[in-house]
Amino acid sequence: MSSCCTTETVDIRIEPRVPGKIRTVALVGPPNSGKSTLFNRLTGLRQKVANYPGVTVEQRIGKLSGIGRSELTLIDLPGIYSLNTYSEDARVAVEVLHGEMPGTPAPDAVLLVLDSMQLRRQLMLAAPILALNLPTLVLLNMSDLMETRGGEVDTLALAQELGVPVAKISGSRGTGLDAIAHFLDRKNEDRPRSSAKLELPVMGNPRSYRQWATGISTRTKYKAPLSSEWTRKLDKLLLHRVFGPLLFLAVVIAVFQVVFSIGQPLSDGFGNVLNAAGDKIGTFLGHGWIESLLIDGIWKGVASVLVFLPQILLLFLFIGVLEDSGYLARAALIADRVMRSIGLNGKAFIPLLSAYACAVPAIMATRTIENKRDRFATILVTPFMTCSARLPIYFLMIAAFIPNRPILGDVFGLRAAVMLSLYVLGFLAALGTARLLKSSILKTASAPFILELPQYRLPTLRSLGLRVFDRGKVFLQQAGTVILCVTLVLWILSHVPFHTSLPESIIGRIGHLIEPVIQPLGFNWKIGIGLLSSIVAREVIVGTLGTLYGADPATQSLHLQAALRHDLTLGGAMALVVFFAFAMQCTSTLAIVRRETNSWKWPALQFAYMSVLAYLAALATNQLFTHLF
Amino acid sequence: MNALSELGIGKWAVVESLDLPDEIGHHLMHMGFVPDAKVLVIRRAPAGDPTVYAIDGFEIALRRETARSIRVRALEEGS
Repeated sequence: MSSCCTTETVDIRIEPRVPGKIRTVALVGPPNSGKSTLFNRLTGLRQKVANYPGVTVEQRIGKLSGIGRSELTLIDLPGIYSLNTYSEDARVAVEVLHGEMPGTPAPDAVLLVLDSMQLRRQLMLAAPILALNLPTLVLLNMSDLMETRGGEVDTLALAQELGVPVAKISGSRGTGLDAIAHFLDRKNEDRPRSSAKLELPVMGNPRSYRQWATGISTRTKYKAPLSSEWTRKLDKLLLHRVFGPLLFLAVVIAVFQVVFSIGQPLSDGFGNVLNAAGDKIGTFLGHGWIESLLIDGIWKGVASVLVFLPQILLLFLFIGVLEDSGYLARAALIADRVMRSIGLNGKAFIPLLSAYACAVPAIMATRTIENKRDRFATILVTPFMTCSARLPIYFLMIAAFIPNRPILGDVFGLRAAVMLSLYVLGFLAALGTARLLKSSILKTASAPFILELPQYRLPTLRSLGLRVFDRGKVFLQQAGTVILCVTLVLWILSHVPFHTSLPESIIGRIGHLIEPVIQPLGFNWKIGIGLLSSIVAREVIVGTLGTLYGADPATQSLHLQAALRHDLTLGGAMALVVFFAFAMQCTSTLAIVRRETNSWKWPALQFAYMSVLAYLAALATNQLFTHLF
Repeated sequence: MNALSELGIGKWAVVESLDLPDEIGHHLMHMGFVPDAKVLVIRRAPAGDPTVYAIDGFEIALRRETARSIRVRALEEGS
């Protein structure tokens, strides 16, 4: 993808290392050490998120403007337990630290973040990092929390043991950060490194790391804080045999209630604003093909995807709250048993669930799944979940073709039953596909499910805000560029040759051309055009059908329903919703899958697989209905 | 010597050895499952599996199939 449209606020220059001069600093630490919060604190909003070349590990680079050193670059390395290169994360970390990662400047100094609550274990990472022989500052994060819980450590003794300076900080509160500025200033003055002879353990042997770390903890009088009483107490309730799953269900329902009851009106309102703005700008431009290209083509196309932004951001907010509070790990624990039966693990549950609103945040949330094959399998099945973009076409077709007949009193009617079966259909497709993937191309030999249960913490507004901002930016950049290109192509296809109506345009001709292919599904050429135009986003088909049937879908949906009833059979109508249940009609998702898997291979495979499945299922549906009714 | 998976809730044990491929073994060792480390069985997930263990002051959940490959020596109550 071209980067022509991305705005870069961070300019990263790659220059060779100069001894004694610090330009680039690496932030290293184990998972759950509070590293990301610290990174956000140190860089503020001036950061750039991308993928490292060839891998799916996210690269985060920023300027150290949070401590007034914006001339320095900070690289956030993935959270790692060791430099053993069996995980992709650790491989990336090693390459960056050695300055061998193309496109990433070689770090001149290292900030090693360790959670002071679990210092004994986290110190194990210090051994391989110190062996790199780069200027290093050890940051004991969450030291405020450790001390209030009765823990202690002699930092002076620790600095002597490690041969590098040690500072107590709190990344979430931002205390003690001036130590970082001091450290960087001192190192820039090119003082010789303290020549204290450092005794490091045998490299690559966890047992010897462990003994070394235990020895140091003892000699520095490290006293681990009492584990938070209320984490255990809360777990007693939240992981209770009966209440645990019930509360879990309540959380899930609450999230959905909010996403749909607040997110949907927000999205609708935002869509109205965007369309009104488009019309306003349109009147300035006057009528002509430029106006049509800019407004009908680009603006409306991009707006049709932008309307999902409020929902997407809300979901990111919820996922952020779940993750930062520590509940996400508990949810994974509760869901693991069920997820295992389809070959995935508990961590896939929340992403799959989020996909009921939108696949984009769901796919980005799969980053918490460490095992790459499990993660890819989850990404590939996610778009089968019934997202909110499918609802407009479902509502339209159900309202037009399904009589409002009660099944179980007034509460549950035939229309609701059809809607529910569409949800179930998507879910079953996801299950089946996951099974298929896990027993074929994404088979895992023996990847155990190891889940760390962090202590419960109150999420901070600052960290949640940054997270939502950051994910939203990634979505706009990644999806935005692809969508712009697709809408442009679609506009040209539907407006060339000029001064013709949609049916005579190229896309109209393609619609006619593919009619024999889609006729067995019960579709005519108008539906064909609708399918082609909705490649950008599923809900676009409603607008396209409105244009083709000469009715404005917003005000005259009854006309559209009547026209559809006249033009399609019941089999064709049901085939159309089944097609939408399975087909990958979403450019944003394709763009995000490309980003998250770092290759076009997976989105291409996903698109092909889902399209074939959609075609076959629609064919079966149409044949079934035609012969039954 | 027992497997970690056989231990009941509230029981303490000392890790003896890990009967797992190097890759996974090393990962678990970095998370605290090293020989001589004390481990406490805290609770089982609502569905009965995985099980949450406390090791080294923090909590890790393992599936039964993984815990089966961790050899431990059970400790008497209170030791």
